[in-house]
Amino acid sequence: MTDELHSLDATRDALRDAGYLAGESTALVSFLAGKLGKPVLVEGPAGVGKTELAKALSRATERKLIRLQCYEGLDESKALYEWNYRKQLLRIQTEAGDAGWQDVQEDIFGEEFLLTRPLLQAISEERPVVLLIDEIDKTDQEFEAMLLEVLSEFQISIPEMGVVEARTRPLVLLTSNNSRELTEALKRRCLYLWLDYPDVERELEIVRLHSPEISESMARRLVEVVHMVRALDLKKPPSIAESIDWARALLLLGADDIDRSVFERTLSIIVKHRTDLDVVAERVGVKLDGGLLGKQTG
Amino acid sequence: MAGKGLYGGLPEAGPPGFAPRLLEFADELRREGMAVGTSELLDAFSALEEVSWENREDFREALAATLAKSQEDRRVFELIFDRFFFRAVEREAVEKGLREQRYEGGERLDLEELRARIRDAIRQGSDGEMRDLARLAIAAFGRQGEGSGVIGVDVQRIRRTLGLKGEQVTDPAELVDPDSVPRERLREFERHLRRELERATIERTESLPPAKPLREYDRALPSGPLQDLAAVHRVVAQMKRRLATLSHEKRGRRKGQIVDVRRTMRASLETGGVPLRLRYRPKRPKRPEIYVLCDVSTSVTSASVFFLSVLHALHDAFRRQRSFVFVERISEVTDVFERERSFAAVSHAIATDAGVADVSGYTDYGRVWLEFLDQVIDELDPRSTVIVLGDARTNGREPHARAFGAVAERAGRMFWLNPEPKLYWNYGDSVMSAYEPWCDGVFECWTTKQLETFVNALAGQPAQAAR
Repeated sequence: MTDELHSLDATRDALRDAGYLAGESTALVSFLAGKLGKPVLVEGPAGVGKTELAKALSRATERKLIRLQCYEGLDESKALYEWNYRKQLLRIQTEAGDAGWQDVQEDIFGEEFLLTRPLLQAISEERPVVLLIDEIDKTDQEFEAMLLEVLSEFQISIPEMGVVEARTRPLVLLTSNNSRELTEALKRRCLYLWLDYPDVERELEIVRLHSPEISESMARRLVEVVHMVRALDLKKPPSIAESIDWARALLLLGADDIDRSVFERTLSIIVKHRTDLDVVAERVGVKLDGGLLGKQTG
Repeated sequence: MAGKGLYGGLPEAGPPGFAPRLLEFADELRREGMAVGTSELLDAFSALEEVSWENREDFREALAATLAKSQEDRRVFELIFDRFFFRAVEREAVEKGLREQRYEGGERLDLEELRARIRDAIRQGSDGEMRDLARLAIAAFGRQGEGSGVIGVDVQRIRRTLGLKGEQVTDPAELVDPDSVPRERLREFERHLRRELERATIERTESLPPAKPLREYDRALPSGPLQDLAAVHRVVAQMKRRLATLSHEKRGRRKGQIVDVRRTMRASLETGGVPLRLRYRPKRPKRPEIYVLCDVSTSVTSASVFFLSVLHALHDAFRRQRSFVFVERISEVTDVFERERSFAAVSHAIATDAGVADVSGYTDYGRVWLEFLDQVIDELDPRSTVIVLGDARTNGREPHARAFGAVAERAGRMFWLNPEPKLYWNYGDSVMSAYEPWCDGVFECWTTKQLETFVNALAGQPAQAAR
């Protein structure tokens, strides 16, 4: 399956077939990640398609996706492995009378009693997987340090068992919303990819890829409005996924143009803060009512 | 061939081959403060084996993905990449005596036509055309430019002669003024002008000018703080650990502890399933709550860059921090730090948007405490730490020490970092003595070393008894 990413062009085409329009740097870094076997650190604002890239790579390479969603307080027992102590206790009780304690002790620390968590699972699979470590910047720095062994050696040390080496090497993506500085040690082990909001032409392609029924002119108008909204100083700019949602909503509503009333009725699909709603209605809604965009179509 | 020129001749070419060139490139990145390790260089070599060198963009992106690991690094990378490989090509040209065809008789060009073609190329973002037209523009005005010798001056002169104006637009179709072009694209054109002017200089003098540090080219790059910023971040990371430890030590040893059943049963496996030793759920230390007030008035101008870098580093380290800047009144800038990541962007936003001066622009510390009380008092509690960065020069106004005391009583800890030597405290309009009794610690602080002293003092501080 790695042959899917055998060249830069093949990588871009495979991602497109999987529904992801990759820019030049995205395709190149994905290609290099496959070739060099290095993790990719994807940073950028929320809503630009970082997590979606991992899903698309999973589809493009027909590899299983294993996802570790990060949060504050995530520790190794949820990320790496944990012993199934209930099963171990039951084994002790059922065999305590028959076998010696030494034999039981060696037995209960075998693979049979090990609960795999995403990281251990990713390196234990028979076939290579895509491992997504999502929003790594939400964890503590200590968690990053714990990741280093997995990311560079692709192995996990379990005190009772020794070192577990990778059966197959996963393709690893870490995403970060850039809300805090990640450690140098982590960055040094990764290839780096910055994703930002796409320009008008690219977002137009993305919207039409996901909503083929929408007309070219309608899609273009939608994308231009979204870009005007993003240019404002909002708490939460609309994401690409919200542009796609808006396109689908307009199709459902049977709208054939984006005038002010349509815009204000569907505004909540792309703007989700009370204060942002006011700003957008005031600054963009007015333009749709015989403003700049109105002049163009007149 | 390589005669002595205006710039003292060619730099040493070094050993042949591509690998030494890449090492030189990495050295230039390091000189600009980027952390490029050996492992990253090895990654760069591996990556270059996988991409076609004929495609300039792929070549650049492969190097960027392996060497630049943040947006700030990427920005530095772009500038160094363009300059380094430009110089590499020009050095080869000088050594081989190559010359490009130059336009002669440029003065016969129609000026209006040239201006229109340049404007169209800029609006369309056509890189190749911009380069060719940059040459034409230099040919048209080159005779006058021979004498200045300062490329930046020539770039600006040509731009003004062409009458181009940059405007911030999201859609080029919005441009109403026919002479206006998108600002970013105009900057690209100016870069082409600069490059072609440098190339012409190299041909004329048959020597390469020395490479300059980036900050001489790009005034947007702050001078100094980038290196200091890394040191400040390290010290602040220590502070975070100290504060977390202090919070933890406040608690009684076993009071309110909860048995962690999973870990207890897990530990019992060592003793045949009998839970001989109880394990307790670790109490996660409460996250320290930090309030920072930073004086950004003219009287602390020399220290304000340092103070802002401290503020920047604190925001990186602490999740729940609120930041205020003040001159006559306070303005909360927590949102600025959440919105902007780069130090330069933060500094610019605070300088332009914070709204901290009322009328005279002189600091009014008393008013600051009254306003801070009004805005924040309900949220201060014993877990709060308030840090003031300022010189306590209140310009003869009422210090309102009682209001400051009220803040200190509500907060768990109060610290003051003063950018002046102790010798100057209480001299002139400084009122440190009015505030000092309320502080858990007051420190001279205008260098990273002094910041470390503050952090170490935090560590040595005994846990606070109930006040």
